[in-house]
Amino acid sequence: MRVIPAALLLPLILAGCKREARETRLDPPVAEALGGVRVMANGISGQPPMVNAAQGEPYRNNAYQLAQGKRLYEWFNCQGCHADGGGASGPALMNGWWRYGPDAVSIFVTLRDGRPNGMPSFRDRLTTEQMWQLTGYLQNLGATVAATAAPSRNDAMQTRPAENRAPAMGALPVSPDR
Amino acid sequence: MRLAALPAVVGHSITPVAAAVVDRELGQPWGFRVTGWAVAALLAMALPGNVGAAEVPPAEKELTPASVGQLRLAFTFRTHHPGPATQAPLADGKTLFLLTPFPHTLYALDLATPDATVRWRYTPEADGTARGRSCCGEGQGGMSLEGGRLYVNTLDGRTLALDAANGAPAWEVRTADPSSGESLASAPLPAGGKLLLGNAGDRFGVRGWIAALDAGTGRRLWRLHSTGEDAEVGIGAGFRPLYPGDDRADRGVASWPPSAWQQGGGGVSGPILWDAGSGLVFHGTGHPAPLVPDQRQGDNRWTSGLFARELETGRARWFDPLNSHDLYGLGATASSLLLDRDWRGAPRRLLVHPDANGHVYVLDRGTGEILSAEPFVPVNATAGVDLATGALRRDESKAVRRGRMTRDICPASPGAVTGASAFLPETGLLYIPSRRLCMDMEARNANYIRGTGFTGANLRLRPADGEGQGALVGWDLEAGRPAWTVPERFPLSGGVLATGGLVVYGTLDGVLKALDARSGAVLWQFQAASGILSRPVAFRGPDGHAQLAVLAGSGDGPEAEIDRRDASAEDGMGNVLRDLPRSPDPGVTLYMFRLP
Repeated sequence: MRVIPAALLLPLILAGCKREARETRLDPPVAEALGGVRVMANGISGQPPMVNAAQGEPYRNNAYQLAQGKRLYEWFNCQGCHADGGGASGPALMNGWWRYGPDAVSIFVTLRDGRPNGMPSFRDRLTTEQMWQLTGYLQNLGATVAATAAPSRNDAMQTRPAENRAPAMGALPVSPDR
Repeated sequence: MRLAALPAVVGHSITPVAAAVVDRELGQPWGFRVTGWAVAALLAMALPGNVGAAEVPPAEKELTPASVGQLRLAFTFRTHHPGPATQAPLADGKTLFLLTPFPHTLYALDLATPDATVRWRYTPEADGTARGRSCCGEGQGGMSLEGGRLYVNTLDGRTLALDAANGAPAWEVRTADPSSGESLASAPLPAGGKLLLGNAGDRFGVRGWIAALDAGTGRRLWRLHSTGEDAEVGIGAGFRPLYPGDDRADRGVASWPPSAWQQGGGGVSGPILWDAGSGLVFHGTGHPAPLVPDQRQGDNRWTSGLFARELETGRARWFDPLNSHDLYGLGATASSLLLDRDWRGAPRRLLVHPDANGHVYVLDRGTGEILSAEPFVPVNATAGVDLATGALRRDESKAVRRGRMTRDICPASPGAVTGASAFLPETGLLYIPSRRLCMDMEARNANYIRGTGFTGANLRLRPADGEGQGALVGWDLEAGRPAWTVPERFPLSGGVLATGGLVVYGTLDGVLKALDARSGAVLWQFQAASGILSRPVAFRGPDGHAQLAVLAGSGDGPEAEIDRRDASAEDGMGNVLRDLPRSPDPGVTLYMFRLP
């Protein structure tokens, strides 16, 4: 009989349908807590909001959040100064070197408040959640470990190694959780 | 003063006053002795940069194809400033002035001492914002010298006047606002007691303008824009429209979608020329913003063309739209030359303009009439120029549409030529530092956010077919075709010096070359420790010997923070400069050569 193997396979097939959870609308308390970064006095590094870790670092690991960051990167003219990460009038973002610190808080604060050499503040243009999406995307762009959740291609012109190939350091082993 | 009777044409900061200074020092009317004033003036026109007209004839006597092989390095002067050195040094006989890239320091070196001690230095206040909000391929401010005063444009939008003898500031004004992406890319031009300057910032959606300041006080006399209503552009009674439809009112508004002209670009980022005889000022305007053409349907007046204006009021006399509705971000700010010579049998007052779109335009500078326009690099985006209207015959398959990628557009943004060309009357050749590049362009939506790149395009450059990414083109002006070309491995960015039968220029990989102006044969070369983006200068030092100076510094050191694995980095240059070796010394260094 062929019914039995099919019945055995069904749970496996259904298990394969489990998608990565994507949170398209934030709970208001979470949204508020996301703004709670505590920055060091020099504007570099600090303590990220607790809620980020409590939710499992969605802005680093979640494909939906990273893809949102990539769209924002284009929509808010990041490309106009930083190209596709290689830099132009602004510095490169994919070379693994961060002028104001590589951690999430430093990048978040850069987006929120701007920096002295021409980086504008996006405080009035992006929500806190959008800034975190962009922060996560930028961290992956300049990451030294490959992230399978990161976007793998551009919509049209392919200009550089894809984000999920860990462009900052070239070929490196894929870490199991990313 | 006899020198003030110098014939009509006076190029970029070449002034009778500067000539008088040197003449006094040498104590002899060398100008007459060498070739007569007419030729001296032609030589002056052939040097659109900052070398005084007076400096060339003496150097010509010694720096020749026969003697250039004996050029020896006399000394170097390291500034320890990293960054792209785009401004050529200025020499006035005893002193050499040096402007480093932003944040600027101005040095005055004493040429009478063997190792050129620093006579004075001056560091203007700097607004760091300008560093990230000024763009690729454009200059980094500039300086010019007249009447014992040094006039300086800083990248972050300051214009200042200093006493050239001791560096004491006379006045300083803010002329551009770096917070919006506006900067000053080129040197101010002293012209008849005025100081002319224009802004840069097309990639940031800055509205272009040209302004005249009172050279004595820095007070603004007039300022006219490249987009907007006729009154703000300076179009009125004396304006002669050349292009069909340009006689209508307010073309600077009507040829744009509603309000798009307010962020329309058209910056006056290139050199400005003054013709003292006719009292006219000539300048190009930059490309329209954003780069994506679908977002600015219309002719986009008065961007990407050539203006002639009256010096006194700034009122426009004529306008040639060289790249009407500029599809590829080219602009028309490349350096032009004013030449008085025979053209097809009759003497004419010409304006010669090698344009970013790959054509050499020869115009009658009184009327703006286009006499000739021939391509000097491989061009496939257009099939020639309609001389009656100036319109380009565009290739529809190279149109740019939002959301699509157009491949193999030649020439590529920012254009087939960015540095200053030079002309020698004795050879009849124009020496063009060309860039032989094509590009893939992907157009997408652009949102205007003040102070961010307003481009709406992804660019990826690649070399054109044939040898080299650049070439020095020896262009036969009369015949409208190249007499010879010298292929270069990398695109040429800096300007060319033509003097005494020699053509001297520097390359991105740091080679300073001297060619025979007639044949193009390489006679002498020197390897600098960094790429050369500025024009070499030749002059006679205090000891009476010919000297050659060049400022090296390509700005591609680690401080540039460019990752060329991204093909679109540096506006697409990342793709063609991957093989460019890193400079051993990213600091800006002056190299000074002497004949023994």
